[in-house]
Amino acid sequence: MCLSIPSKVVKIDKENNTAVVDTMGVTRKAGLELIEEGTVEVGDYVLIHIGFVMNKIDEEDALESLKVYNEILEKMDEQERENLVLEDDNCGTRGS
Amino acid sequence: MSELQLKDLYDGFRNPDTIRSLAKQIAREAEKLEAPLRIMEVCGGHTHTIMKYGLPQLLPDSISFIHGPGCPVCIMPKERIDHAIALAKMENTILVTLGDMIRVPGSKTSLAQERAAGYDIRPLYTPADALKIAKENPDKKVIFFAIGFETTTPMTTAVIKATVEQKIKNLFFHINHVLVPPAVDAIMADGKARINAFIGPSHVSVIAGAKIYQPIPLAYRTPVVVSGFEPVDVLQGILMTVRQQVQNRAELEIEYTRSVTMEGNTKAQKLIETYLQPRPHFRWRGIGDIERSALELRPEFAYLDAEKLFGDVLPNEPIDDHKLCICGTILKGLAKPMDCKVFGKACTPNTPLGSCMVSSEGACNAYYRYQGV
Ligand code: SF4
Ligand code: SF4
Repeated sequence: MCLSIPSKVVKIDKENNTAVVDTMGVTRKAGLELIEEGTVEVGDYVLIHIGFVMNKIDEEDALESLKVYNEILEKMDEQERENLVLEDDNCGTRGS
Repeated sequence: MSELQLKDLYDGFRNPDTIRSLAKQIAREAEKLEAPLRIMEVCGGHTHTIMKYGLPQLLPDSISFIHGPGCPVCIMPKERIDHAIALAKMENTILVTLGDMIRVPGSKTSLAQERAAGYDIRPLYTPADALKIAKENPDKKVIFFAIGFETTTPMTTAVIKATVEQKIKNLFFHINHVLVPPAVDAIMADGKARINAFIGPSHVSVIAGAKIYQPIPLAYRTPVVVSGFEPVDVLQGILMTVRQQVQNRAELEIEYTRSVTMEGNTKAQKLIETYLQPRPHFRWRGIGDIERSALELRPEFAYLDAEKLFGDVLPNEPIDDHKLCICGTILKGLAKPMDCKVFGKACTPNTPLGSCMVSSEGACNAYYRYQGV
Protein backbone atom coordinates (compact mmCIF):
# COMPACT_ATOMS: atom_id res chain seq x y z
CA MET A 1 0.00 0.00 0.00
CA CYS A 2 1.03 3.61 -0.35
CA LEU A 3 3.44 4.35 2.47
CA SER A 4 5.07 7.07 0.43
CA ILE A 5 8.60 6.57 1.67
CA PRO A 6 10.71 9.48 0.42
CA SER A 7 13.72 8.66 -1.75
CA LYS A 8 16.88 10.71 -2.07
CA VAL A 9 18.33 11.43 -5.49
CA VAL A 10 21.97 10.27 -5.64
CA LYS A 11 22.70 10.54 -9.35
CA ILE A 12 21.12 11.94 -12.48
CA ASP A 13 21.66 10.41 -15.88
CA LYS A 14 20.76 13.23 -18.27
CA GLU A 15 21.17 11.15 -21.39
CA ASN A 16 18.57 8.55 -20.39
CA ASN A 17 16.53 11.00 -18.34
CA THR A 18 16.66 8.76 -15.29
CA ALA A 19 17.74 9.19 -11.70
CA VAL A 20 19.37 6.81 -9.28
CA VAL A 21 17.60 7.12 -5.96
CA ASP A 22 18.21 5.76 -2.50
CA THR A 23 15.12 4.63 -0.63
CA MET A 24 16.17 3.81 2.92
CA GLY A 25 19.36 2.17 1.76
CA VAL A 26 17.87 0.43 -1.26
CA THR A 27 19.18 1.80 -4.55
CA ARG A 28 16.89 1.95 -7.56
CA LYS A 29 16.51 3.66 -10.90
CA ALA A 30 13.55 5.89 -11.67
CA GLY A 31 12.40 7.73 -14.80
CA LEU A 32 12.37 11.53 -14.83
CA GLU A 33 9.86 11.89 -17.68
CA LEU A 34 7.18 13.37 -15.44
CA ILE A 35 9.36 16.09 -13.95
CA GLU A 36 10.14 19.49 -15.51
CA GLU A 37 13.72 19.44 -16.70
CA GLY A 38 16.22 20.77 -14.22
CA THR A 39 13.85 20.85 -11.24
CA VAL A 40 15.17 17.72 -9.57
CA GLU A 41 18.79 17.68 -8.51
CA VAL A 42 21.15 15.39 -6.67
CA GLY A 43 20.31 15.60 -2.96
CA ASP A 44 16.62 16.34 -3.48
CA TYR A 45 13.88 14.18 -1.96
CA VAL A 46 11.25 12.70 -4.25
CA LEU A 47 8.29 10.30 -4.26
CA ILE A 48 8.45 7.33 -6.61
CA HIS A 49 5.53 5.50 -8.15
CA ILE A 50 6.02 2.37 -10.26
CA GLY A 51 9.48 3.31 -11.39
CA PHE A 52 8.94 7.02 -12.03
CA VAL A 53 9.62 10.13 -9.99
CA MET A 54 6.20 11.67 -9.25
CA ASN A 55 7.19 14.86 -7.50
CA LYS A 56 9.75 16.58 -5.36
CA ILE A 57 9.10 16.93 -1.66
CA ASP A 58 10.21 19.38 0.90
CA GLU A 59 13.41 18.30 2.65
CA GLU A 60 12.04 19.00 6.10
CA ASP A 61 8.90 16.91 5.47
CA ALA A 62 10.96 14.14 3.94
CA LEU A 63 13.32 13.95 6.89
CA GLU A 64 10.40 13.96 9.27
CA SER A 65 8.76 10.96 7.54
CA LEU A 66 12.07 9.16 7.18
CA LYS A 67 12.62 9.42 10.91
CA VAL A 68 9.45 7.43 11.52
CA TYR A 69 10.27 4.83 8.91
CA ASN A 70 13.86 4.50 10.11
CA GLU A 71 12.91 3.49 13.60
CA ILE A 72 11.15 0.50 12.14
CA LEU A 73 13.81 -0.25 9.59
CA GLU A 74 16.57 -0.47 12.11
CA LYS A 75 15.10 -3.74 13.21
CA MET A 76 15.13 -5.26 9.73
CA ASP A 77 17.74 -7.05 7.69
CA GLU A 78 18.59 -6.11 4.14
CA GLN A 79 16.20 -8.48 2.42
CA GLU A 80 13.30 -7.27 4.51
CA ARG A 81 14.22 -3.68 3.80
CA GLU A 82 14.22 -4.31 0.10
CA ASN A 83 10.86 -6.04 0.29
CA LEU A 84 9.37 -3.16 2.20
CA VAL A 85 10.60 -0.60 -0.28
CA LEU A 86 9.28 -2.64 -3.18
CA GLU A 87 6.00 -3.24 -1.42
CA ASP A 88 5.62 0.48 -0.91
CA ASP A 89 6.18 1.16 -4.55
CA ASN A 90 4.17 -1.88 -5.40
CA CYS A 91 1.08 -0.07 -4.46
CA GLY A 92 1.15 1.05 -8.03
CA THR A 93 1.15 -2.47 -9.39
CA ARG A 94 -2.47 -2.40 -8.43
CA GLY A 95 -2.44 0.52 -10.71
CA SER A 96 -4.05 3.45 -9.07
CA MET B 1 8.92 -11.41 4.07
CA SER B 2 6.17 -13.37 5.72
CA GLU B 3 2.72 -11.99 6.38
CA LEU B 4 3.36 -11.84 10.11
CA GLN B 5 6.50 -9.77 9.88
CA LEU B 6 4.84 -7.37 7.53
CA LYS B 7 2.02 -6.92 10.00
CA ASP B 8 4.45 -6.21 12.83
CA LEU B 9 6.19 -3.73 10.66
CA TYR B 10 3.09 -1.77 9.82
CA ASP B 11 2.24 -1.66 13.50
CA GLY B 12 5.20 0.63 13.86
CA PHE B 13 3.51 3.23 11.70
CA ARG B 14 0.68 3.52 14.10
CA ASN B 15 1.37 5.72 17.00
CA PRO B 16 -1.27 4.60 19.51
CA ASP B 17 -1.18 7.84 21.47
CA THR B 18 -1.73 10.05 18.47
CA ILE B 19 -4.43 7.75 17.14
CA ARG B 20 -6.27 7.71 20.43
CA SER B 21 -6.10 11.43 20.92
CA LEU B 22 -7.31 12.07 17.38
CA ALA B 23 -10.17 9.62 17.84
CA LYS B 24 -11.14 11.45 21.02
CA GLN B 25 -11.11 14.79 19.25
CA ILE B 26 -13.31 13.37 16.52
CA ALA B 27 -15.76 11.97 19.07
CA ARG B 28 -15.99 15.30 20.83
CA GLU B 29 -16.56 17.15 17.59
CA ALA B 30 -19.06 14.51 16.39
CA GLU B 31 -21.34 15.19 19.34
CA LYS B 32 -22.30 18.39 17.57
CA LEU B 33 -23.36 16.56 14.40
CA GLU B 34 -27.04 16.91 13.61
CA ALA B 35 -27.18 13.85 11.39
CA PRO B 36 -24.94 10.79 11.05
CA LEU B 37 -21.90 11.26 8.85
CA ARG B 38 -21.50 8.73 6.05
CA ILE B 39 -17.99 9.10 4.72
CA MET B 40 -16.95 7.45 1.49
CA GLU B 41 -13.25 6.73 1.21
CA VAL B 42 -12.75 6.61 -2.51
CA CYS B 43 -9.49 4.69 -2.58
CA GLY B 44 -8.88 1.06 -1.71
CA GLY B 45 -5.69 2.03 0.09
CA HIS B 46 -7.79 3.99 2.56
CA THR B 47 -10.18 1.05 3.01
CA HIS B 48 -7.13 -1.00 3.87
CA THR B 49 -5.94 1.49 6.52
CA ILE B 50 -9.43 1.84 8.00
CA MET B 51 -9.91 -1.91 8.40
CA LYS B 52 -6.38 -2.67 9.47
CA TYR B 53 -6.38 -0.17 12.30
CA GLY B 54 -9.99 -0.87 13.23
CA LEU B 55 -10.90 2.79 12.86
CA PRO B 56 -14.69 2.15 12.81
CA GLN B 57 -14.42 0.70 16.33
CA LEU B 58 -12.49 3.73 17.54
CA LEU B 59 -15.03 6.22 16.31
CA PRO B 60 -18.55 7.10 17.48
CA ASP B 61 -21.54 5.35 15.88
CA SER B 62 -22.56 8.55 14.17
CA ILE B 63 -19.63 8.12 11.77
CA SER B 64 -19.67 5.27 9.27
CA PHE B 65 -17.51 4.38 6.29
CA ILE B 66 -18.71 3.53 2.84
CA HIS B 67 -16.02 1.86 0.76
CA GLY B 68 -15.70 3.41 -2.63
CA PRO B 69 -14.77 2.27 -6.13
CA GLY B 70 -11.15 3.42 -5.96
CA CYS B 71 -9.33 0.25 -6.82
CA PRO B 72 -8.51 -0.04 -10.50
CA VAL B 73 -8.47 -3.82 -10.32
CA CYS B 74 -11.86 -4.07 -8.62
CA ILE B 75 -13.71 -1.97 -11.14
CA MET B 76 -12.41 -3.73 -14.25
CA PRO B 77 -15.37 -5.43 -15.92
CA LYS B 78 -14.97 -9.02 -17.02
CA GLU B 79 -15.18 -8.23 -20.70
CA ARG B 80 -12.00 -6.13 -20.44
CA ILE B 81 -10.17 -9.01 -18.77
CA ASP B 82 -11.42 -11.23 -21.57
CA HIS B 83 -9.87 -8.70 -23.95
CA ALA B 84 -6.52 -9.15 -22.26
CA ILE B 85 -6.84 -12.93 -22.49
CA ALA B 86 -7.86 -12.82 -26.15
CA LEU B 87 -4.88 -10.58 -26.93
CA ALA B 88 -2.50 -12.85 -25.03
CA LYS B 89 -3.69 -15.80 -27.10
CA MET B 90 -2.83 -14.20 -30.43
CA GLU B 91 0.12 -15.67 -32.18
CA ASN B 92 3.58 -14.34 -31.41
CA THR B 93 2.36 -12.14 -28.64
CA ILE B 94 3.59 -11.13 -25.20
CA LEU B 95 0.98 -9.54 -22.96
CA VAL B 96 2.28 -7.36 -20.13
CA THR B 97 0.35 -5.74 -17.29
CA LEU B 98 0.63 -4.58 -13.69
CA GLY B 99 0.46 -6.88 -10.65
CA ASP B 100 -2.88 -7.98 -9.25
CA MET B 101 -4.60 -7.72 -12.62
CA ILE B 102 -3.17 -11.11 -13.48
CA ARG B 103 -5.28 -12.89 -10.88
CA VAL B 104 -8.69 -11.38 -11.56
CA PRO B 105 -11.14 -13.84 -13.07
CA GLY B 106 -12.58 -12.95 -16.46
CA SER B 107 -15.66 -14.74 -17.79
CA LYS B 108 -13.90 -18.11 -17.88
CA THR B 109 -10.30 -17.87 -16.75
CA SER B 110 -7.78 -15.36 -15.43
CA LEU B 111 -4.53 -14.20 -17.00
CA ALA B 112 -2.69 -16.23 -14.35
CA GLN B 113 -4.43 -19.41 -15.48
CA GLU B 114 -3.66 -18.65 -19.10
CA ARG B 115 -0.05 -18.05 -18.23
CA ALA B 116 0.09 -21.43 -16.51
CA ALA B 117 -1.38 -22.89 -19.69
CA GLY B 118 1.66 -21.61 -21.56
CA TYR B 119 0.77 -18.17 -22.94
CA ASP B 120 3.40 -15.48 -22.58
CA ILE B 121 1.91 -13.15 -19.97
CA ARG B 122 4.23 -11.07 -17.82
CA PRO B 123 3.61 -8.90 -14.78
CA LEU B 124 5.52 -5.64 -14.83
CA TYR B 125 7.16 -3.89 -11.95
CA THR B 126 7.21 -0.63 -13.89
CA PRO B 127 5.57 0.28 -17.21
CA ALA B 128 9.05 1.21 -18.46
CA ASP B 129 9.80 -2.51 -18.68
CA ALA B 130 7.21 -2.84 -21.46
CA LEU B 131 9.62 -0.86 -23.62
CA LYS B 132 12.51 -3.10 -22.69
CA ILE B 133 10.56 -6.28 -23.43
CA ALA B 134 9.50 -4.89 -26.82
CA LYS B 135 13.12 -4.10 -27.73
CA GLU B 136 14.33 -7.51 -26.62
CA ASN B 137 11.66 -9.29 -28.67
CA PRO B 138 11.60 -7.51 -32.02
CA ASP B 139 9.74 -10.32 -33.80
CA LYS B 140 6.92 -10.45 -31.29
CA LYS B 141 3.99 -8.17 -30.67
CA VAL B 142 4.13 -6.81 -27.14
CA ILE B 143 0.78 -5.58 -25.80
CA PHE B 144 0.62 -3.46 -22.68
CA PHE B 145 -2.70 -3.89 -20.89
CA ALA B 146 -2.62 -0.55 -19.09
CA ILE B 147 -4.71 -0.04 -15.95
CA GLY B 148 -5.02 2.51 -13.21
CA PHE B 149 -6.43 5.79 -12.01
CA GLU B 150 -4.93 9.25 -12.46
CA THR B 151 -1.78 8.31 -10.51
CA THR B 152 -0.63 5.68 -12.97
CA THR B 153 -1.79 7.18 -16.26
CA PRO B 154 1.23 9.45 -16.76
CA MET B 155 3.60 6.48 -16.41
CA THR B 156 1.78 4.77 -19.27
CA THR B 157 1.91 7.92 -21.37
CA ALA B 158 5.65 8.23 -20.75
CA VAL B 159 5.98 4.80 -22.36
CA ILE B 160 3.69 5.77 -25.24
CA LYS B 161 5.83 8.86 -25.82
CA ALA B 162 9.00 6.78 -25.94
CA THR B 163 7.36 4.31 -28.34
CA VAL B 164 6.40 7.14 -30.69
CA GLU B 165 9.71 8.97 -30.47
CA GLN B 166 11.87 5.88 -30.78
CA LYS B 167 9.63 4.55 -33.55
CA ILE B 168 9.18 1.21 -31.85
CA LYS B 169 7.07 -0.91 -34.15
CA ASN B 170 6.04 -3.85 -31.99
CA LEU B 171 4.61 -2.27 -28.81
CA PHE B 172 0.85 -1.70 -28.59
CA PHE B 173 -1.45 -0.40 -25.89
CA HIS B 174 -4.80 -1.54 -24.55
CA ILE B 175 -5.83 1.44 -22.43
CA ASN B 176 -8.04 0.99 -19.37
CA HIS B 177 -7.17 4.11 -17.47
CA VAL B 178 -10.13 5.38 -15.47
CA LEU B 179 -10.93 8.68 -13.79
CA VAL B 180 -11.96 9.20 -10.17
CA PRO B 181 -14.25 12.27 -10.44
CA PRO B 182 -16.83 10.82 -12.88
CA ALA B 183 -17.22 7.73 -10.67
CA VAL B 184 -17.70 9.84 -7.55
CA ASP B 185 -20.17 11.95 -9.45
CA ALA B 186 -22.11 8.88 -10.64
CA ILE B 187 -22.43 7.60 -7.07
CA MET B 188 -23.63 10.98 -5.84
CA ALA B 189 -26.06 11.47 -8.72
CA ASP B 190 -27.50 8.04 -7.98
CA GLY B 191 -27.97 9.17 -4.39
CA LYS B 192 -28.81 5.78 -2.88
CA ALA B 193 -25.60 5.51 -0.88
CA ARG B 194 -26.52 8.70 1.01
CA ILE B 195 -22.91 9.81 1.30
CA ASN B 196 -22.30 13.15 2.93
CA ALA B 197 -18.50 13.41 2.94
CA PHE B 198 -15.53 12.16 0.93
CA ILE B 199 -11.93 11.27 1.71
CA GLY B 200 -9.86 11.40 -1.48
CA PRO B 201 -6.54 9.58 -2.00
CA SER B 202 -3.41 11.70 -1.89
CA HIS B 203 -1.60 9.78 -4.64
CA VAL B 204 -4.16 10.62 -7.28
CA SER B 205 -3.92 14.29 -6.40
CA VAL B 206 -0.11 14.39 -6.37
CA ILE B 207 -0.53 13.98 -10.13
CA ALA B 208 -3.97 15.37 -10.95
CA GLY B 209 -4.10 18.03 -8.22
CA ALA B 210 -6.77 18.40 -5.56
CA LYS B 211 -8.66 20.57 -8.05
CA ILE B 212 -10.25 17.53 -9.72
CA TYR B 213 -12.72 17.32 -6.82
CA GLN B 214 -13.73 20.97 -6.97
CA PRO B 215 -17.11 20.28 -8.62
CA ILE B 216 -18.24 17.81 -5.93
CA PRO B 217 -18.70 20.16 -2.94
CA LEU B 218 -20.35 22.66 -5.23
CA ALA B 219 -22.76 20.25 -6.88
CA TYR B 220 -23.71 18.15 -3.85
CA ARG B 221 -22.81 20.29 -0.85
CA THR B 222 -20.50 17.51 0.32
CA PRO B 223 -17.09 18.09 1.92
CA VAL B 224 -14.07 16.49 0.22
CA VAL B 225 -10.77 16.11 2.08
CA VAL B 226 -7.69 14.82 0.24
CA SER B 227 -5.78 12.73 2.71
CA GLY B 228 -2.65 10.58 3.05
CA PHE B 229 -2.63 6.86 3.80
CA GLU B 230 -1.28 6.48 7.27
CA PRO B 231 -3.87 6.04 10.02
CA VAL B 232 -3.03 9.40 11.49
CA ASP B 233 -3.59 11.01 8.10
CA VAL B 234 -6.92 9.28 7.63
CA LEU B 235 -8.10 10.30 11.10
CA GLN B 236 -7.00 13.85 10.51
CA GLY B 237 -8.99 13.80 7.27
CA ILE B 238 -12.05 12.50 9.11
CA LEU B 239 -11.73 15.22 11.73
CA MET B 240 -11.65 17.81 8.96
CA THR B 241 -14.83 16.44 7.36
CA VAL B 242 -16.63 16.34 10.74
CA ARG B 243 -15.64 19.96 11.39
CA GLN B 244 -16.91 21.02 7.99
CA GLN B 245 -20.21 19.30 8.62
CA VAL B 246 -20.59 20.82 12.08
CA GLN B 247 -19.80 24.28 10.76
CA ASN B 248 -22.12 23.71 7.85
CA ARG B 249 -19.35 24.10 5.28
CA ALA B 250 -18.90 22.01 2.14
CA GLU B 251 -15.41 22.60 0.82
CA LEU B 252 -12.46 20.96 -0.79
CA GLU B 253 -9.60 20.72 1.69
CA ILE B 254 -6.17 19.11 1.64
CA GLU B 255 -4.99 17.15 4.66
CA TYR B 256 -1.87 15.84 2.97
CA THR B 257 -0.13 19.13 2.37
CA ARG B 258 3.20 17.26 2.45
CA SER B 259 2.92 16.58 -1.26
CA VAL B 260 -0.51 17.46 -2.60
CA THR B 261 -1.24 20.82 -4.18
CA MET B 262 -4.36 22.19 -5.89
CA GLU B 263 -2.59 22.12 -9.24
CA GLY B 264 -0.80 18.76 -9.09
CA ASN B 265 1.95 17.79 -11.52
CA THR B 266 1.20 19.85 -14.62
CA LYS B 267 3.90 18.26 -16.73
CA ALA B 268 2.33 14.85 -16.15
CA GLN B 269 -1.11 16.26 -16.93
CA LYS B 270 0.14 17.69 -20.24
CA LEU B 271 1.72 14.40 -21.14
CA ILE B 272 -1.62 12.65 -20.64
CA GLU B 273 -3.46 15.21 -22.77
CA THR B 274 -0.99 14.82 -25.59
CA TYR B 275 -1.62 11.09 -26.01
CA LEU B 276 -4.97 10.29 -24.44
CA GLN B 277 -8.52 11.63 -24.57
CA PRO B 278 -11.72 10.81 -22.68
CA ARG B 279 -13.68 7.85 -24.00
CA PRO B 280 -17.35 8.53 -24.60
CA HIS B 281 -18.31 5.53 -22.41
CA PHE B 282 -16.73 3.02 -20.05
CA ARG B 283 -18.49 0.27 -18.16
CA TRP B 284 -17.39 -0.02 -14.52
CA ARG B 285 -17.76 -3.36 -12.86
CA GLY B 286 -20.87 -3.16 -10.73
CA ILE B 287 -21.51 0.51 -11.28
CA GLY B 288 -22.29 0.26 -14.97
CA ASP B 289 -21.69 2.69 -17.77
CA ILE B 290 -20.32 6.11 -16.85
CA GLU B 291 -19.84 8.72 -19.55
CA ARG B 292 -16.36 10.09 -20.11
CA SER B 293 -15.03 8.16 -17.13
CA ALA B 294 -12.03 6.57 -18.83
CA LEU B 295 -9.34 7.39 -21.36
CA GLU B 296 -8.33 6.09 -24.77
CA LEU B 297 -5.55 6.84 -27.25
CA ARG B 298 -6.08 9.90 -29.41
CA PRO B 299 -6.90 9.13 -33.05
CA GLU B 300 -3.40 10.25 -34.17
CA PHE B 301 -2.01 7.29 -32.26
CA ALA B 302 -4.54 4.72 -33.48
CA TYR B 303 -1.58 2.80 -34.93
CA LEU B 304 -0.59 1.91 -31.36
CA ASP B 305 -4.09 1.07 -30.17
CA ALA B 306 -4.47 -2.67 -29.57
CA GLU B 307 -8.21 -2.26 -29.15
CA LYS B 308 -8.52 -0.91 -32.69
CA LEU B 309 -5.80 -2.98 -34.38
CA PHE B 310 -6.87 -6.33 -33.02
CA GLY B 311 -10.54 -5.49 -32.61
CA ASP B 312 -11.59 -8.58 -34.54
CA VAL B 313 -10.40 -10.95 -31.79
CA LEU B 314 -11.96 -8.93 -28.97
CA PRO B 315 -15.30 -10.01 -27.51
CA ASN B 316 -17.73 -7.15 -27.21
CA GLU B 317 -20.62 -8.27 -25.04
CA PRO B 318 -20.78 -6.91 -21.50
CA ILE B 319 -20.39 -9.80 -19.05
CA ASP B 320 -21.93 -9.73 -15.61
CA ASP B 321 -20.32 -10.88 -12.40
CA HIS B 322 -20.73 -14.29 -10.81
CA LYS B 323 -24.38 -14.41 -9.82
CA LEU B 324 -23.62 -14.62 -6.11
CA CYS B 325 -21.07 -11.81 -6.15
CA ILE B 326 -22.26 -8.43 -4.92
CA CYS B 327 -19.03 -6.52 -5.59
CA GLY B 328 -21.03 -4.08 -7.66
CA THR B 329 -23.37 -3.22 -4.84
CA ILE B 330 -20.37 -2.87 -2.52
CA LEU B 331 -18.56 -0.57 -4.94
CA LYS B 332 -21.64 1.62 -5.08
CA GLY B 333 -21.61 1.94 -1.30
CA LEU B 334 -24.87 0.02 -0.85
CA ALA B 335 -23.58 -3.12 0.88
CA LYS B 336 -20.72 -4.41 3.01
CA PRO B 337 -18.69 -7.54 2.27
CA MET B 338 -20.43 -9.46 5.07
CA ASP B 339 -23.70 -9.01 3.22
CA CYS B 340 -22.38 -11.37 0.56
CA LYS B 341 -23.51 -14.96 1.11
CA VAL B 342 -20.25 -16.51 -0.05
CA PHE B 343 -17.90 -14.06 1.70
CA GLY B 344 -15.20 -16.02 3.52
CA LYS B 345 -16.78 -19.30 2.42
CA ALA B 346 -16.74 -20.00 -1.28
CA CYS B 347 -14.94 -16.70 -1.84
CA THR B 348 -11.56 -16.11 -0.18
CA PRO B 349 -8.34 -14.45 -1.36
CA ASN B 350 -7.12 -17.86 -2.57
CA THR B 351 -10.36 -18.67 -4.37
CA PRO B 352 -11.76 -15.29 -5.33
CA LEU B 353 -15.12 -15.25 -7.05
CA GLY B 354 -15.14 -11.52 -7.51
CA SER B 355 -12.60 -8.78 -8.06
CA CYS B 356 -13.11 -7.14 -4.64
CA MET B 357 -11.55 -10.23 -3.10
CA VAL B 358 -8.59 -10.42 -5.49
CA SER B 359 -6.97 -7.08 -5.16
CA SER B 360 -5.38 -6.43 -1.80
CA GLU B 361 -6.99 -3.01 -2.09
CA GLY B 362 -10.47 -4.51 -2.50
CA ALA B 363 -13.06 -4.15 0.26
CA CYS B 364 -13.76 -7.90 0.56
CA ASN B 365 -10.06 -8.65 0.75
CA ALA B 366 -9.49 -6.04 3.47
CA TYR B 367 -12.44 -7.35 5.52
CA TYR B 368 -11.24 -10.91 5.12
CA ARG B 369 -7.71 -10.08 6.20
CA TYR B 370 -8.47 -7.89 9.15
CA GLN B 371 -11.63 -9.29 10.57
CA GLY B 372 -10.18 -12.73 11.16
CA VAL B 373 -12.93 -14.59 9.31
S1 SF4 C 1 -2.45 1.90 -5.64
FE1 SF4 C 1 -2.27 3.37 -3.94
S2 SF4 C 1 -3.50 5.11 -4.58
FE2 SF4 C 1 -4.06 3.36 -5.86
S3 SF4 C 1 -5.79 2.32 -4.93
FE3 SF4 C 1 -3.95 1.36 -4.18
S4 SF4 C 1 -3.44 2.47 -2.31
FE4 SF4 C 1 -4.86 3.76 -3.47
S1 SF4 D 1 -17.06 -11.90 -1.07
FE1 SF4 D 1 -16.43 -12.50 -3.13
S2 SF4 D 1 -18.32 -13.03 -4.17
FE2 SF4 D 1 -18.87 -11.84 -2.36
S3 SF4 D 1 -18.96 -9.71 -3.07
FE3 SF4 D 1 -16.90 -10.04 -2.31
S4 SF4 D 1 -15.73 -10.64 -4.11
FE4 SF4 D 1 -17.89 -10.88 -4.65
